[in-house]
Amino acid sequence: MEVATPFVEVANAIIESGGKDLNECYQCATCTGSCPWGYVDPLNIRQLIHLAQLGLEGYEGNDLWKCTTCGTCKARCPRGVGIIDIVRSIRMMIGEGGLIPQSLRQITGAVRVDGNPWNGAKTERNKWAEMLSVPTFDKAKHEYLLFACCMPSYDKRSRKIAEAAVKVLRAGGITFGVLGAEEVCCGESMRKIGDEELFGTLKTGNLELFEKAGVQKILTLSPHCYQAFKTDYAESGAKLQVSHITEVISALVLLGKLQLKKPLEATVTYHDPCYLGRYNNIFDAPRNVLKAIPGVKFVEMFRVGDSSLCCGGGGGRMWMETKFGERFSDLRVPEALAVGATVLATACPYCVSMLQDSRLNLDKESAIDVKDVTELVAESLA
Amino acid sequence: MAKRIGVYICHCGMNIAGTVDVPAVVAEAKLMPRVVLAKEYKFMCSDPGQELIRKDIKEHELDAVVVAACSPLMHERTFRKTIQAAGLNPYLVQMSNIREQGSWVTEDKGAATEKAKALVAGAVWRVAQHTPLEMRLVPITPAVMIVGGGVGGIQAALDIADAGVKVYLVEREPTIGGYMAMFDKTFPTLDCSACILTPKMTSVGCHPNIKLMTYSEIESVGGFVGNFQVKVRRKAAYVDHDKCNGCGVCTEKCPYKTPSEFDQGLSMRKAIYVPFPQAVPNKPVIDTKTCVRWQGKKCRACQKACEPGAIDYEQKDQLEEITVGSIILATGFQAMDSKKIPQFGYGRLPEVYTALEFERLNNAAGPTQGKIVTKDGRTPQSVALLHCIGSRDENHHAYCSRVCCMYALKYAHLIKEKMHDAQVYSFYIDMRCFGKGYEEFYKRLQTEGIKFIRGKAAAVWGGAEWKHIGGPNGQLEGLEDNQMVVQAEDSLLGKLLRVPVDMVVLTPAVEARSDAPEIGRKFLVSCGADGFFIEQHPKLAPVSTTNDGVFIAGACQGPKDIPDTVAQASAAASKALSLISRREIEVEGTTANIVDDLCSGCKCCLTLCPYNAITFDDARKRSAINEVLCKGCGTCVASCPSSAITARHFTDAQLFAEIEGVMSM
Repeated sequence: MEVATPFVEVANAIIESGGKDLNECYQCATCTGSCPWGYVDPLNIRQLIHLAQLGLEGYEGNDLWKCTTCGTCKARCPRGVGIIDIVRSIRMMIGEGGLIPQSLRQITGAVRVDGNPWNGAKTERNKWAEMLSVPTFDKAKHEYLLFACCMPSYDKRSRKIAEAAVKVLRAGGITFGVLGAEEVCCGESMRKIGDEELFGTLKTGNLELFEKAGVQKILTLSPHCYQAFKTDYAESGAKLQVSHITEVISALVLLGKLQLKKPLEATVTYHDPCYLGRYNNIFDAPRNVLKAIPGVKFVEMFRVGDSSLCCGGGGGRMWMETKFGERFSDLRVPEALAVGATVLATACPYCVSMLQDSRLNLDKESAIDVKDVTELVAESLA
Repeated sequence: MAKRIGVYICHCGMNIAGTVDVPAVVAEAKLMPRVVLAKEYKFMCSDPGQELIRKDIKEHELDAVVVAACSPLMHERTFRKTIQAAGLNPYLVQMSNIREQGSWVTEDKGAATEKAKALVAGAVWRVAQHTPLEMRLVPITPAVMIVGGGVGGIQAALDIADAGVKVYLVEREPTIGGYMAMFDKTFPTLDCSACILTPKMTSVGCHPNIKLMTYSEIESVGGFVGNFQVKVRRKAAYVDHDKCNGCGVCTEKCPYKTPSEFDQGLSMRKAIYVPFPQAVPNKPVIDTKTCVRWQGKKCRACQKACEPGAIDYEQKDQLEEITVGSIILATGFQAMDSKKIPQFGYGRLPEVYTALEFERLNNAAGPTQGKIVTKDGRTPQSVALLHCIGSRDENHHAYCSRVCCMYALKYAHLIKEKMHDAQVYSFYIDMRCFGKGYEEFYKRLQTEGIKFIRGKAAAVWGGAEWKHIGGPNGQLEGLEDNQMVVQAEDSLLGKLLRVPVDMVVLTPAVEARSDAPEIGRKFLVSCGADGFFIEQHPKLAPVSTTNDGVFIAGACQGPKDIPDTVAQASAAASKALSLISRREIEVEGTTANIVDDLCSGCKCCLTLCPYNAITFDDARKRSAINEVLCKGCGTCVASCPSSAITARHFTDAQLFAEIEGVMSM
């Protein structure tokens, strides 16, 4: 048995760098029991917090980087402990010592240079919009800035979400523009990786850009950008009105401004993205949209709403290797199949990408499709 | 007007002196007009502190006194008596609250000292305007009302009635008994709950000094300590209980059923029913939500069957007005709705039970005659007891419910007693076994082979569900579809446990009744942030409330087990009796007063008075205040368009003087 002596300076440092609730944890173990890693390779977040409370070695171990920041533990925590903030602040401390995993170091490096984690050239960022003739945001003409997120800007599969969004917004009479090559990554994932400095640079860059262009309302395709603009940027006083694409579409449907006429004839289930659902309490809007599509038979999975299973792509895990079979999305696709779904819908480019990978790896291409809600709406437009 | 004022600044140990520069306040007070002397003392409320004031009044011929210390709620009465003993009218003292409103609300010594000076100045200016007032004596009605007929209300009723004082026991349900009547056994002694409670219920039913008012609710409360006027709505039972002989034939013949509240919905009862066989009174009522006569259909089954002719479909609610000297609230608690925490599966998985459901399931008089079986008739081989469902959880209730650890132990024992080979798992955060004999009971259960798992359960999944969500690595061999999986980390091992079980029992939080705020408003008792009624002082006045003459007992004040509830009920009974035995009560002289010449007779004040203390003299076209009824609340003063009403001790001159004093600093 190991012998240890508490090193409280470490605990204090974690508290000061953002994990302010560290000492409020009373070790009930709800967090570990609720963590989605429990289904594949358990992560003992409860023990990690206790080690951190006492400043004992081990808190900086492998478990620290497994956390996808899905927030299930935080939602369940009986003491309301900001567990994600604790993870973030420990990662930050470790990062300052240069100890972040190699794969993440490459990503933060790429974001520093190119403003995106996909190694895409800055000049390429607006290509998707140019092809669709989406104008540059003009505050005199446009209500919304459409912030597509790095992923649809550079990733071929995700680009379809942005294209669908443009089609749907145009059909609904929404005026919008983009800021294209000048914008940079929102920084949400960089912050969760623990690179607070990089996050700060990205935030300042974007906020200056928004201010110069006179942006007041932002429309995001990714719940991660939504979280960054709405909550993280607001910490430094930014007052942006942020909407997620599903909120806007839901409102358009409700007001009868979208004619969803083409039946889809599919059994659709919906995967709640962590950052849309648990983080921002948007559970109904995407469901209402799906139910409004003619021909859709809507079914729920077992883990829904507040209890939704993470896709595994948050908190930097998007860029870390997870063994096949241990990805949460590898469990999610069979869950969707078990309830009879032929389409697994979601509302986040990360989720789409993770679920799509699992669908292919599990050889379920013919059984089920993975779609963003926005894409399904676009398909249903006459 | 006072011309020789003495000012006393209290240190209150370090409570005030730690933050306020007391010598500086004394020095400032000495410079204030009409102040003859200013002194400081460690504890003004102590005997030497009071003696200091008495001596000074005599030696320096003081005609008014300011005490700068704590809240007047704490010690105004003390210092009134002090100066009275030295020959001054008790209303010639003014307290200035430099503790709760000063030293306790800031750590800034400079600011606290400046504020203390201002508050003292306000009191000095004000007390100069005080006039002597007389206290009045009012007779007390020698009767007590108890609201709530659970074990707390029953105990209080018997204690008071045995002392020879009239008791009105008001209960909303058709019978007294409350939750205790539903329990099977009680911890840690394992007494049969009904066996120890029903004799008390019967005593209540036949006690000559107790008027039992079941199926009744409080409509309104007027008056004040010594003479409360309570209006009680006696709900129509549609059965004349004077004629009814309790034979039960009506219930037998009634063709309509609904889930039994007493059995937590696990069995059915009739539309005309007695909640359980030992009910007191043992007379039925008709539930109009179930009886088809109120749904426009024709049925007279009960009326036809009733030999004494007691069934009366035309019966109406009756309002009764009762005057009592004091009131005890023993309105109890409710269990939190377990559906609010969906991850534990209640309502989704048939074999997840709440604690109260399990009490009935295990009760020999319950829906299964005490056999612990699943809904599909299996004898469970394994049962999980989940602690802290909504308790110690800021998403629901931050407090500990205080009874769950113990009754979970009791359940474990009862399960083992009936099914020796069954495995029982208790998922706990901390075992809280604080009472007499409780820790010993815990050890006894360990010897009985209960498996204690230190870690709050995170989720319960159905066996069929688990097959689809557990993932390839998580499947449990032999798990049946109708079983469940409880998932929790055992924090002592640092391992994630998955326990397959046949039955899950939740321990939902004890919470304040959802209508507690409404009851509180009627009796002028406030609810705390946790929803429960607030006692006057958590340590020194645990059964009193800020409304004189209204006492609280049992779980309406906070989660409590039976011993604590009964102890508190007896305490409340003794407080009520001690009040009654005074026979008369001293009433403040701070009443409202109408200047006859200024009254225009507009009657604005008449309807506003919460104590019905204002009458209108039709001959003279003027309002008049009955000083015996007036509580000096000031409502009429504020409403009078002619400024004809003044509140004694709160006159404009006094209030303006106080403001002037505060502003002078």
